[in-house]
Amino acid sequence: MAALINVPAKARRGDVIEIRTLTSHIMETGFRHTADGALVPRDIITSFKCRYNGTEIFRADLFPAIAANPYLSFFTVAKESGKFEFEWIGDNGYSSSASASITIE
Amino acid sequence: MPTTRRQFLNLAGSVTVAGTIPIVTLQPIEATPAMLTAAIRNVVGEAPVHTGRVKLDIPPLVENGNTVPMTVSVASPMTVDDYVKSIHVFNEKNPQPNIGNFYIGPSVGRAQVSTRIRLADTQKVVAIARLSDDTFWQATTEIVVTLAACTEETN
Repeated sequence: MAALINVPAKARRGDVIEIRTLTSHIMETGFRHTADGALVPRDIITSFKCRYNGTEIFRADLFPAIAANPYLSFFTVAKESGKFEFEWIGDNGYSSSASASITIE
Repeated sequence: MPTTRRQFLNLAGSVTVAGTIPIVTLQPIEATPAMLTAAIRNVVGEAPVHTGRVKLDIPPLVENGNTVPMTVSVASPMTVDDYVKSIHVFNEKNPQPNIGNFYIGPSVGRAQVSTRIRLADTQKVVAIARLSDDTFWQATTEIVVTLAACTEETN
């Protein structure tokens, strides 16, 4: 699925940088009904992880109270050049991933 | 407190709006304060929760509860000896009391998380931070929501 990742391409060593992620997902709460009264089954992303050169730096448990197309922003200290890997896991076997590179000057 | 003209008009307006929507199966499902307390106890256990250090940024008046920007930040030096382990956000009146759990550590540099949430009603949102010394700190904000999320029927 489509994901938007915003990581600065370059940073100085030791800088605190912001990482912003947005992924497309309906985040169906499981509390809504159709017009004929049937419950719409829950379909949400339940877990998000971010790894920086293999080390987990941020993890989130998500609930139906997270809006559709989950947006998450967090920070990290730029330590070394490398790769951020992002992973979303959800109901019905949903899984998607993305990555972004950073160069430390 | 006497009802002000603004409160009365707000109430009258919401009644009119609710009346025009064909209500099919609107159940009174919402997290009660007891569920909120239980969800918080699930995270903090028996530990006392102090007020302060946590800052919860949400607009105080929300027109559309389907997507509400929220930022939680914690005053912490974020060093290896003194950092924030996790941030937990709860609500009072959605069908479920949890909003999100965010696990961080000393490597993030700044204890701040932003996301967008759903709010089913005018209610209280609570953010709790767990620090490295296993103390808990909280911030609470009251938010007025005019269009609720979560339980409306689909088309």
